[in-house]
Amino acid sequence: MERKTVYMDHAATTPVHPSVLEAMLPYFSRSYGNPSGIYGIGQEARKAADEARATVSSILGCRPSEVIFTSGGTESDNAALKGAAFALKEEGNHIITSTIEHHAVLNTCQYLEKVGFEVTYLSVDQFGMVNIEDLEKAITDKTVLISIMLANNEIGTIEPVSEFAKSAKANAEHSRILFHTDAVQGASVLDLDVDKLGVDMLSLSAHKFHGPKGMGVLYLREGTRFIPQQTGGAQEGNRRAGTENVAGIVGTAAALRLAAENREASSRHCQRLRDRLIEGILTRIEDTYLNGHPTLRLPNNANISFRYVEGEAILLNLDLQGVSASSGSACTAGTEEPSHVLLATGISPEMAHSSLRFSVGPANTDDEIEYVLSVLPGIVERLRAMSPLVAARERNGGNDV
Amino acid sequence: MYSDLVLEHFSNPRNVGSIPDADGVGLIGSSICGDMIKIFIKVKDNRIGDIRFQTFGCGAAIATSSMITEMVKGKTMEEARGVTNEAVAEALGGLPPGKMHCSNLAADAMNKALDDYEGKGPRKSRKPLIDKGFGVRGGREMPSEEMKRPPER
Ligand SMILES: Cc1ncc(COP(=O)(O)O)c(C=O)c1O
Ligand code: FES
Repeated sequence: MERKTVYMDHAATTPVHPSVLEAMLPYFSRSYGNPSGIYGIGQEARKAADEARATVSSILGCRPSEVIFTSGGTESDNAALKGAAFALKEEGNHIITSTIEHHAVLNTCQYLEKVGFEVTYLSVDQFGMVNIEDLEKAITDKTVLISIMLANNEIGTIEPVSEFAKSAKANAEHSRILFHTDAVQGASVLDLDVDKLGVDMLSLSAHKFHGPKGMGVLYLREGTRFIPQQTGGAQEGNRRAGTENVAGIVGTAAALRLAAENREASSRHCQRLRDRLIEGILTRIEDTYLNGHPTLRLPNNANISFRYVEGEAILLNLDLQGVSASSGSACTAGTEEPSHVLLATGISPEMAHSSLRFSVGPANTDDEIEYVLSVLPGIVERLRAMSPLVAARERNGGNDV
Repeated sequence: MYSDLVLEHFSNPRNVGSIPDADGVGLIGSSICGDMIKIFIKVKDNRIGDIRFQTFGCGAAIATSSMITEMVKGKTMEEARGVTNEAVAEALGGLPPGKMHCSNLAADAMNKALDDYEGKGPRKSRKPLIDKGFGVRGGREMPSEEMKRPPER
């Protein structure tokens, strides 16, 4: 039988769209000039980068000068948090974030703690929601920066960022409080208008929306105090030094435009498939539980715990059957701790370790969902048959393994 | 990331199951990842006659469980003790970095089963055994309370 390949890990990364690749190609070896060059090919590159910046700004609803191209979501998060925190250090040293942020934010906050900032990590409810009252209560006269993600990468929960930003600004005793959102997971499905969101800074990563890897965007509202984290030449308005990755910039803009144009159709398609997948799993396999919010979740995200079996073991079997998904256990990344996000929602380490994330994309089909639903029950059954936890349940209700 | 042999043992694990009248049982939970392995042995003429395992764990945990049961079958107690986690990993054609603790899990469960048989451990203990062996972040009582309860939602 022909080996199928079913890719359902779009939250990890996405394929570059053919039209995006095509848009990028001229800037590798034809119009390869340095955009700072005054000659022809330099100016061609400059023009392309300027147009790309304009495209991105029109989708974010901001000025082109407020768009900084970076090397990815991680850099955007780092630059936003460090750049703003260091700029505001004299005014206050308190930062607020949530416990379910991506490590690009969490580890940056931990670094900032080491250099003298105080960070409040807001806990979330069982669905992964940050509570607005907790946020309001956490604000002190020392608070200078708040960073709450737009949508979570593991469980897909969508945070009401615009409400948070509005309330934070209204509750702050001073106006210098800055709001950053990591919008990396929301780019292809959520409205990114920065004024509607009410944010001062926003991070994007191109490879999550069919753009190239190693490219990101940082939106930085005009007038926001910011200390560049990468110093050198005057590129990106003196806020991020280094010769522009013109092909990457062009690809990022092309991909973001495509994402914005297809946002509704793609969301609808993904949600329909996602719902079929969730329902199929929950009804066909006993002892399975949906993680995250039942409705306020990314339309492409299904995160499910399969009680009594370990996520990686299911994944490996799925891979042998041609299905690519991911687990919340991150065992392979060298951090065998169960997902900090799942634990933050209050589930047990075992259930966190039993989780899988399927994230569908525009190219997935109904047949592929059916295929996954046809192989998954057998895999789970086989693994459960060798689980000491199942044996314990059958023997004595799980009271003694 | 896994060798073909690891995948082969993972896909077709040997000696899965339990032995109701086992002579020795070893249960160990990893203090690193929370996974667990339970090994049952039946001893005949001071040799491991029959051996079974149950594993809640990653691919490496399942493959090493399977491999270690193959390696110690028919061996004397002393020989079985000599089968180290490195030996198991080697027999599997190596494990990815960051996955060595999974082979520890199998080797430690094996030693617990031998201890249990030889009466060093709490023999046929009703209490689950606790792993304190890895020197990393201390052991965890298995099974944890949460595991018995249905998840709260
Ligand atoms: C929410 C979130 N933030 C940041 C990142 C990091 O983005 P990048 O891979 O572009 O550095 C990711 C991707 O893994 C993400 O999901
Ligand atoms: S990661 Fe837990 S045993 Fe391998």
